[in-house]
Amino acid sequence: MKKFAATATALALLCAAPLAAQATPESDLKSFREYYMKQFPGVPLNEFGNGVYAIDADARSSWEAIEEFPPYDDELERGKKLFETPFANGKTYASCFPNGGKGIRQNYPYFDAKSGNVKTLEAEINECRVKNGEQPLPGKKGDIAQISAYMASTSKGKKFNIKVPNDPRALAWYEKGKALFYAKRGQLNMACADCHINNVGRRVRTETLGPALGHPTHFPVYRLQWGYLGTLQHRYAGCNEQVRAKAFKDQGPEYTALEYFETYMSNGIEVNGPSSRK
Amino acid sequence: MGDSIKIRASEKGGLCTVKALIKHKMETGLRKDKKTGQTIPAHFIQEVVCEHNGKVVLSATWGTAISENPYLSFEFSGAKKGDTIKLSWKDNKNESDSAEEQIK
Amino acid sequence: MNMKRRVFLKGTLAGSAVAVALSAGLLSPRQVLAAWPNAAYEAKSVQDALKNLFGNDLTDASNTIEIKAPDIAENGAVVPVTIETSMKGVESISIIAEKNQTPLIASFTIPANTSPTISTRIKMGQTGNVIAVVKANGKLYSARKEVKVTIGGCGG
Repeated sequence: MKKFAATATALALLCAAPLAAQATPESDLKSFREYYMKQFPGVPLNEFGNGVYAIDADARSSWEAIEEFPPYDDELERGKKLFETPFANGKTYASCFPNGGKGIRQNYPYFDAKSGNVKTLEAEINECRVKNGEQPLPGKKGDIAQISAYMASTSKGKKFNIKVPNDPRALAWYEKGKALFYAKRGQLNMACADCHINNVGRRVRTETLGPALGHPTHFPVYRLQWGYLGTLQHRYAGCNEQVRAKAFKDQGPEYTALEYFETYMSNGIEVNGPSSRK
Repeated sequence: MGDSIKIRASEKGGLCTVKALIKHKMETGLRKDKKTGQTIPAHFIQEVVCEHNGKVVLSATWGTAISENPYLSFEFSGAKKGDTIKLSWKDNKNESDSAEEQIK
Repeated sequence: MNMKRRVFLKGTLAGSAVAVALSAGLLSPRQVLAAWPNAAYEAKSVQDALKNLFGNDLTDASNTIEIKAPDIAENGAVVPVTIETSMKGVESISIIAEKNQTPLIASFTIPANTSPTISTRIKMGQTGNVIAVVKANGKLYSARKEVKVTIGGCGG
């Protein structure tokens, strides 16, 4: 019965997507969050930032053992070094960001009214490079993920605060991300929502499906399967490939919109990246 | 020297907790190179020794099934803050490294 | 039973040979420590690994040994394991993954001032028991815990 009720709620959420015009980002956020709070009573909002470990005690114990001395320690140190190393023109990354780039992760991605675009932290790191006469870094992993991880680490504990300003262009980005989240894709015909809303907490073979609430907060992530730090959009590509869909372009409009939507949905949860995952 | 080893040692009530992370591939000798199809030869740490002020507090032999970038944690008594912890390893190709860290 | 009895005897002989060599000053303790027991690490079964490591594969099950490991490994390549025991007089702690091609994973020598608690991360090829073997006061004790290993796909 409980299962049925959960599915019904999920369906209601799913069906709500096409009626986007009537829903505001604020009302979406409210029902999104309430759905998970109802599914997992007793799990405080901030705990969702720990992903599946908020709801799977066995997996959590092994994750905590790994975080005792995290395998991304080295990369994080390297990220700090890269962040502090001046470009050829003598300037540093700090010159491109508010507050010298420290403690600002919770505001990304953000809508930039000047360009009308949404900017992820990784996109802005590369913009900073180009502005200072350097080549942009290749996406997904390596330097860019390490710099991003260092910037996240200076923001630990700050609550995500993504804004969707009352600007039709910002709303269009938001709606695009939301549509992607609920759209079925690939040969398996699955949407993000199918696993991470409709079947959250259930198992796919031995894997517990994690909540979408809090998904972006702990990135960049060191996945044991990767063996390195990777960005959120790297993970999106992997997810898409798992449902046998062609991944979208890294830092392209699709994943940037999805990141904007998903991070907005995680507003109020603390930045806790980088972190390790299975 | 010591670049492959990270040590964290802390003392509380006379008990010292040592946590160490070593950078090493720990190749099993069972994996194949995806491109060439050739077996990647085994390359793994075989011996680890940890000393406190020159006295062995833990020694170990390892096989290939310790995870890549090995982690090790243990406790011993009789140490105080400021003492030196030294950790050394040696692998099957006779490569080795060691590092020292003060107990905090 | 007969087989095991014979193995046990052989083990005692081998042990005393080392003891003799030691007391005769032929081997320094340092050399004994440093010898990597390749036959034990190359052994394909738990029994052979134990025989080669200790000269004896008879262990007493002990509920004073605790194995902390996940019920389901997040990733078989990185399984966090802690072995802990309340036993006194512990000389060594060894970790074995029953179903690995070569089951013996590691063996830690525990000096008097070191607590009999070891944490590390191990590789497991497939679902099976993690076995902890503790040598205390010259005797072998063991405990086991099953860890399920699957091919990971999702997560994170």
